[in-house]
Formats: sequence, C-alpha cells, structure tokens
Amino acid sequence: MHEISVNFINLDTINIIYLFMIGFVGGLVSGFIGSGGAFVLTPGMMSLGVPGLVAVASNMCHKFPKALVGAIKRARYGQVDVKLGLIMGISAEAGMLYGAQIQENIKNSFGDAGSNLYISVSFVVILALVGSFVFLDAWKVYKSETIDEEEKPTRLACWVQSVNIPGTMVYFKSLRARVSVLFTIPLGFATGMLAATIAVGGFIGVPSMIYVLGAPSLMASATELVIAFVMGLGGSFKYALHGLVDIRLAMIILAGSLFGIQLGAMGTTYVKPFIIKVVMGLIMVIVLFSRVLMVPVYMSQLGLIPTIPEDMMNLLKNTSFVIMIVALATGAFIVLKSMWQGYRTATKGGM
Amino acid sequence: MSGYKRKPYGKMLLMGCISIILYTILLMRQDLINHYFGKGGLYAVLPIVTAFIFSYIHGTFTSCFWTVLGIEAAKKKEKKDA
Repeated sequence: MHEISVNFINLDTINIIYLFMIGFVGGLVSGFIGSGGAFVLTPGMMSLGVPGLVAVASNMCHKFPKALVGAIKRARYGQVDVKLGLIMGISAEAGMLYGAQIQENIKNSFGDAGSNLYISVSFVVILALVGSFVFLDAWKVYKSETIDEEEKPTRLACWVQSVNIPGTMVYFKSLRARVSVLFTIPLGFATGMLAATIAVGGFIGVPSMIYVLGAPSLMASATELVIAFVMGLGGSFKYALHGLVDIRLAMIILAGSLFGIQLGAMGTTYVKPFIIKVVMGLIMVIVLFSRVLMVPVYMSQLGLIPTIPEDMMNLLKNTSFVIMIVALATGAFIVLKSMWQGYRTATKGGM
Repeated sequence: MSGYKRKPYGKMLLMGCISIILYTILLMRQDLINHYFGKGGLYAVLPIVTAFIFSYIHGTFTSCFWTVLGIEAAKKKEKKDA
C-alpha cells in the first residue's frame, strides 16, 4: 500500500491531559448509551492541529478497543445480544465503506466546503428527526408514570417481528423473537453510513434497534458497542493501511475512555431504562444546534449565500464547538447523577 | 456497591504497573513509533495489535481500579428465569 507522509503533532502535557479528559467523558457516555464522544473527539483533536484524516483514523483506533471493553463489561450484566451486534456490525462495515465513498465523491466534486456542508446537513436532518423522537419518547414515558414497567416494543417493531420471510429468519435474544435479517441488514448499513458521515453511527443504530426491531433500551445500547467494535476494527485497519493512525493520540484517549466506559457501563445497572433515551435524545438535540450554526458557514464558503465576515465565521465555529462540549458534558452529568441516585436507592432498599 | 469479596489490589497494581510501562514506552519512543506505525501497508497490524494489548492491560486495570474504590454494578435481587 502507499506510504503517506503525515504530520503527527508534538504532544505536550497539556495536550495529553486534554485528550485524556475528553476520552474519559466520551467513554462515560459511550459506556452508557453505546456511542457518543466521537463528535467531540475528532474536532477536539483537530483543534490541536491534527490533520482531519488523522483525527478520524485515530478516533476510530481508540473506538474499537473501547467498545470491546465496554461490550465485555455489559455482557456480564446480560445486556449484550452478540448475534444481533455482529450481524448489524458487518452490515455497518459495508455501510461505512459506502458512506466514505459518497464523502469522497462529494469532496471531489464540491471541495472541502461541500463535504462539510453535507456532513452538517446530515447531522441536522438526522438529529432533528431521530433525536427529537427519542427525546419526546423518553419524556412521554416519564410523564406516563410507566418508568418502572418493562419496555414494550413499538407497533412498528411488532409488525417487523411478525413478518416471516423464509430462509432469512434469525432468533435474537434481545428481541425474544425471530426477525428477518432483511430488516437488520439495512439498519446496520444505515448505522455504518452515518458513522462514516458524522462519526456516531449509534445515533441511528440504537434508536433503530429500540423502535424498529423492538429491543429494550439497555440491550440496544449495549449491543451498539458490538457494532462499534466491528465497525471500528475494520475502519481502523483501513486507515492504518494508509499510515493515518496516530497511535499516541488513540492510546491517550483510550487511557481516559477506559476509565469512563467502565463507569458508564456500571451506571446502566443503577438506572431506569428510559434514562438511556433521555441521555441519547438530549445529546442529539444539543448537537443539532451546534451543527445548525455551521450550515451558514459552509454555505457561505460555497457561495450559496453572501459571504460571512471572518470574525463572524470564527464566532460561529467556536460557539459550535463549545455547544458540542456542552452536549457531551450534559450527557455525562445526567449519567453520573442518575447513577448516584440509583446507587442511593439501591443501598437504601438493601439491594 | 462494595461486597464481601476480596478486592483485587494485587491485580490492580500489576496491571497498573504494566499499563504505566506501556504508556511510558509509547511517549518516550514517539519518533520511532510514529515512523513504523505511520508506514502503512503491512505495518497496519501494528496499531491494531497495540490497541488490543492496551485495551486488555489498561482495561483490566481500570476495572480493578473502580472495584477497589468500591464502585461496582448493582446486584439485582431477582433471579434469572430458568
């Protein structure tokens, strides 16, 4: 394969602490909802001067070992459906390769600004649709006072589980039903495409397992870790073939994220399942606002709207990045708070 | 969160020491590591193998770390269905 000369940045103590801390918070959220963190990690690395592709590759290379550790941890709590994770993970791998090809084509035709606009619009559309749906559903559960009841599959999931296509049916323990892989493969593919576009495939993967297939929130978020492992492993190898992985960055982030993912995974045993939806929906909605701010920047760069002054552009970019950090920090705060409340309830109840 | 089981102090210390050694090598030998890991091609196995090694060593350490601190998963009362 070709050898690409890439500039790996110099790491000082501040950079190392910064990467470790973002890794920790990202890991905490990932351990809890199965994904997240990557949308802050990649721009976070780029803010240190890491080239975009190296940031994406290094993020990917920290993601798969992190997901592996998280998946093993949550499997011990009986939350992982390995079969569903592997089937969706392999189709997600294909989706990721296809998504990367689309990105490449857009970049070749419209340049960096076109590619960035495509990413931001995908963020906004998907997060607006899925994020608000997940968040409203969590709110509905909270208001309906059914938070202690077992989650019931949606009407769509019941229909999916009732369809029988001979030769394609597989039993999934998380669904307690046989479902055709003709449903799981497109969902995995979409997860991979989203991962290639916005780096967080779980924003499609987890809601699709919950609402389309009928998996409980806890199992969906845990199974997403298996998907992330399969996708991350394949993606890392692809980038490593081109020499794009900065192993130092990946391992420093991993150092923090392994502390976080263990804590996040343990947190799931103390909370009510709807909290998973709350954290995921909230993060998605906050990130949505972050990306909305960037749309005019890229539209201006493409000449689709009048040019925005440099100062204003920088203000929008910085505000967008800060909002992303707020999204992650909010998620982490809810995880820790819910975990603490769950722990106190458990100890009071003699659990 | 803490149970009656003995806490894994020894395992935590062992894995913690190995983890520190691994990270020290990673940061002390940055130029050499960047040279080989950035080559691509067959050298692509290097970052993948490294990630697996770090995840096992550091993952075991972090797990023991939280256990030693007394932070563990909730123990459910109900038994699993037969």
